[in-house]
Amino acid sequence: MTNIIFTEDEWTKALQGISDSYKVFAPVKDGDFHTFKPMNATKAPDFDFQNTRLSAKALIYPQSERMFEYSVDERASDASIVRETPKDYSPKAIVGIRPCDAHGFSIVRPNFDNQEYRDPWWVQSFESTVLVGLGCNQPCSTCFCASVGGGPFNKDVLDVLIYDLGANFMVTGLTEKGETFLTKVKGGKAADDESIKQAEALATEAAKMSKADVPTDKLRDKVINDLFAAPFWQDVGFACLNCGTCTYLCPTCWCFDIQDEVLGKQGDRIRNWDSCMFPLFTLHGSGHNPRDQKFQRVRQRFMHKLKYYVDKYQDGVQCSGCGRCVRYCPVNIDIRQVAELMNNY
Amino acid sequence: MIKYTAIIRETAKRLLKDGTIDVFIGYKKGTVPMMNEPVVISDPDKTDLLYWDDFCGQNLCNYLTKRKERIGIVANGCNSRNIVTHITENQISREQLYIVGIPCAGVIDHRAVLRAVGNKEVLDVQDAGDKFTVSGNGFSEIFEKTKFLRGNCAACAHRNPVIYDEMVADFIKEQEGVEAFEDIKKIEAMDSEKKSGFFTKMIERCLRCYACRNSCPLCYCPTCFVDESRPQWVGKSIDPIDTMTFHIMRAYHCAGRCTDCGACERVCPVGIPMRQFTKKLNKDALEYFSWEAGLNPDARPPLDVYKPDDYNGFVK
Repeated sequence: MTNIIFTEDEWTKALQGISDSYKVFAPVKDGDFHTFKPMNATKAPDFDFQNTRLSAKALIYPQSERMFEYSVDERASDASIVRETPKDYSPKAIVGIRPCDAHGFSIVRPNFDNQEYRDPWWVQSFESTVLVGLGCNQPCSTCFCASVGGGPFNKDVLDVLIYDLGANFMVTGLTEKGETFLTKVKGGKAADDESIKQAEALATEAAKMSKADVPTDKLRDKVINDLFAAPFWQDVGFACLNCGTCTYLCPTCWCFDIQDEVLGKQGDRIRNWDSCMFPLFTLHGSGHNPRDQKFQRVRQRFMHKLKYYVDKYQDGVQCSGCGRCVRYCPVNIDIRQVAELMNNY
Repeated sequence: MIKYTAIIRETAKRLLKDGTIDVFIGYKKGTVPMMNEPVVISDPDKTDLLYWDDFCGQNLCNYLTKRKERIGIVANGCNSRNIVTHITENQISREQLYIVGIPCAGVIDHRAVLRAVGNKEVLDVQDAGDKFTVSGNGFSEIFEKTKFLRGNCAACAHRNPVIYDEMVADFIKEQEGVEAFEDIKKIEAMDSEKKSGFFTKMIERCLRCYACRNSCPLCYCPTCFVDESRPQWVGKSIDPIDTMTFHIMRAYHCAGRCTDCGACERVCPVGIPMRQFTKKLNKDALEYFSWEAGLNPDARPPLDVYKPDDYNGFVK
């Protein structure tokens, strides 16, 4: 396990220096919040944030992704032949991702990569990515990673972990992929024992602050239909605007919709993020929608995350506890309270 | 005005108990600072859930659309104007409503507060009359409310409800001489290319989450044009042209109807100032038709009337 110490400037320079080997995405300040952008020489990354406004989901699983393309020119020899759109799966690194958001990728993986189905684009995109995490010294009051199998310095899904020691960063290789990444990173100096101790202390301190009080332990034993028919859904959903803020900001919402778009003679088959909050979600060709009403869509979101996923994959809930939906829901629908309602029903 | 909370609770209890209304729509205190949740209450014993402070920013008129019961609702100036618009547009009838009016000194802009504390996490906000305190890990600040009002509130000329059945307090003085369209005039002065660049940049972060549309009390179409699939008017990807189409069409659907309640900007998860679109249309409605939306339930909006003797020649 390699531990290297960098000052923030050295670390920025080191990241700029690996552009031949990796396309690096790092958080930059963009107005009032931080967002992941491809690194360039003009704008330095900024690691002083609680979390990026959007999760890093889109870097693996873009909001709009061209899957196939075709020509609708009937005179062309390849008219209507659908071809895969060329894609770039050269190595990339997401630097500064929080452990909760990395955990999000392992939560969605069973959906894109299982014994029945293998989504070639998600899998290739994920596998070509090095996840360089930034430990959370100060978990937010609204996040709850420790309640859902994660933690502010959780290493499970990361390849590299950065400890923000104040004056310096300590960068630790966790996997082979991560160690390979670190061999390309120039500069820094080997970490001394004191820094390693300081890093461990930070992680211990953060674990103490991290909230593990969102109950999910009894969800598995609940009967699906009981929860589905529970009396609280109308109340939970009353305020909901059915906007896509929660699902689009969520690192673990994976639903998509496939659309064909034609411009002139050129057609593209695109998959776009979908949201169970939207009226078109699961609208049948017949015009029937099994989730016609707002409360049904709200119920779908929470049942999917806190019950269907739990039953199907037997591996916890479909939530990494990042707290974005809690912080940014415009009408304050709080998944922590809904988890409690469901768990204690 | 946190002191209205107790009055709202009592009023709602009384109205539910005496059978004036079947349900009461208001806010309950949020689980995070500067956030409150719209709530509907039918049990007179649960009115203690109701709450009011300077962060009640979501327009409650959204929750009235096509409801069948007799409804009590709290309404400040802009919310009441949207209720008027809802009545005019046949989304709810006046007879169904019991409006508890709130004189409103403006809603505090939670984003401005966050900006003022360097976007650090705010853990607690306390009301202190004309001021409020904001604290978090390692900081505690006292701010003046008037300096942190949302843009639409700072320029508001209708702070008192235009329609109500009873008030929680006396009317407050309306602001006079506020220049509401300074920013719009700057945009108007740009040439086409500059304008196009300005708006393209303004919406470049849009996620198409539709929070602006859905928080807007005017957006109640059974199927929004962006959700139509036969025919499909707008692409569903995040192509910038489709996104611009959405924003401009949405704004035009609000022409002559928008009360500048600010709900759209308040909810945007990426902070797009989309009132720049709707305010231009409000300005046009005022200049061309002397019209401000939602002031009078008996007046028809300019864009849904035809008069043979209209002074504008182009309609003839």
